[in-house]
Amino acid sequence: MATRSKWLQCIAAWIWPSSTEVPTLSATHIAWAKPLLFVAGMYPLLRWFYLGLTDGLTVNPTEFLTRSSGTWTLVCLMATLLVSPLRDWLNEPALIRLRRMCGLFTFFYATLHLLAWAWWEQNFVLADMGLDIVKRPFVTVGVVAFLVMLGMALTSSHRAMVAMGRYWKALHRWIYLVAVLSIIHYWLHKAGKNDFLEVTIYGLVLAALLGWRLWRYCRPKRAGFK
Amino acid sequence: LAALPSTPNPEFMSVEKITERVQATTYNNFYEFGMDKSDPERYAGQMKVSPWSVQVEGEVGKPGTYAIEDLLALEPMQERIYRLRCVEGWSMVIPWIGYPLSALLSKVEPTGNAKYVEFITDMQPEVMPGLKSSVIDWPYREGLRMDEAMHPLTLLTFGMYGEVLPNQNGAPVRIVVPWKYGFKSAKSIVTIRLTEKQPTSSWMQSAPREYGFYSNVNPTVPHPRWSQATERRIGEGGLFAPRRKTLMFNGYEEQVASMYSGMDLAKFY
Repeated sequence: MATRSKWLQCIAAWIWPSSTEVPTLSATHIAWAKPLLFVAGMYPLLRWFYLGLTDGLTVNPTEFLTRSSGTWTLVCLMATLLVSPLRDWLNEPALIRLRRMCGLFTFFYATLHLLAWAWWEQNFVLADMGLDIVKRPFVTVGVVAFLVMLGMALTSSHRAMVAMGRYWKALHRWIYLVAVLSIIHYWLHKAGKNDFLEVTIYGLVLAALLGWRLWRYCRPKRAGFK
Repeated sequence: LAALPSTPNPEFMSVEKITERVQATTYNNFYEFGMDKSDPERYAGQMKVSPWSVQVEGEVGKPGTYAIEDLLALEPMQERIYRLRCVEGWSMVIPWIGYPLSALLSKVEPTGNAKYVEFITDMQPEVMPGLKSSVIDWPYREGLRMDEAMHPLTLLTFGMYGEVLPNQNGAPVRIVVPWKYGFKSAKSIVTIRLTEKQPTSSWMQSAPREYGFYSNVNPTVPHPRWSQATERRIGEGGLFAPRRKTLMFNGYEEQVASMYSGMDLAKFY
């Protein structure tokens, strides 16, 4: 029962952030939140299986899955970038411990997205894939973003973090580049039909997430002038 | 939907598996109703298709307004099974019902200046949510060169699968140009205009680098954002079926290639 009430407290803290002047989330809360986050992260995958079993993948399932995996990659990426601002707004430093899983889910869906392209668009023909990457900026940008993410995923363990020291942080800041490339990739995809509504929404969310970081970065300097 | 009696044209009886009707009527591009493939089926039911008439104008000896009933009775209906290749890289095989557009064009007596034919799709703002989108400068316009429009393959189309066209497939009258990407086959046509100058189609205006006037199916000329060498046949084998090789002029090379002899098809894409 004790853990349960703590968990309720934790939810309440998320809903009414102003009520938490002092951090209330402990390692126990995070240990509880992780399995839940994992289930949430599996939602897109489970949804595809459900749609597959109920004839819901449209009459062009391969296109649907290719696009859907791209969309969910972007959603996970935005969620990953939301962790730090959320930590600060709610004054809950422990939240940062959920970020790795968000990042790994981003990588997971990016991998599925890449595989969808390689399989359903290119029939796994390496020469065609290479040609597509070289010839089409739309694909080039996506593949570059994936490779950067691959580097981050490979160094996501605690051991790698310790071993790399300050280089770890330097490498993982490349997430900002990945985010910008993802938006460009999506924008190029939509450009042919001048259909920019969705990509604009994602772009604005990203601008807000990056803008907050810029604002925070500038803030101490401004304070210094006073 | 009402049955539309027709005689199968033995020249166009496909040996390929015909796409299931449910797939051809639920996976459509008809941006007047929205950009999702499922939007046309969802919203087009509200479109008013009767009464309907087609305005024939421009470089013709006999301009005028043709009621849909007159167009239906103009020529005997034939059924033709054509491949349909979408520029997006998917394809279907569809049994259309109609007659060659040339029958109508000859009847209206094109003048010596008639070099091109422009097709304009209807606008019904109250039932077409897509018209609010700025993707296209509405109404939707498409065009063909005169010889393309007069080609026996170019079908003035009133039905599919033995019935009149479902609204989402371009009721009550559309054209079908099987050797070009699907968007060239204008739907729900209200105006046919013969012109001396090449008309600017909606897609040429919207994305000139990506969509040219000709838009012939051509596996050797890639779209700027994807290869056109292969296509996915809708309804063929699910997730594990490999893509098909796209055929030159969508497999109608023998019939149409001569119209483009000497033309650089990469330049005139």
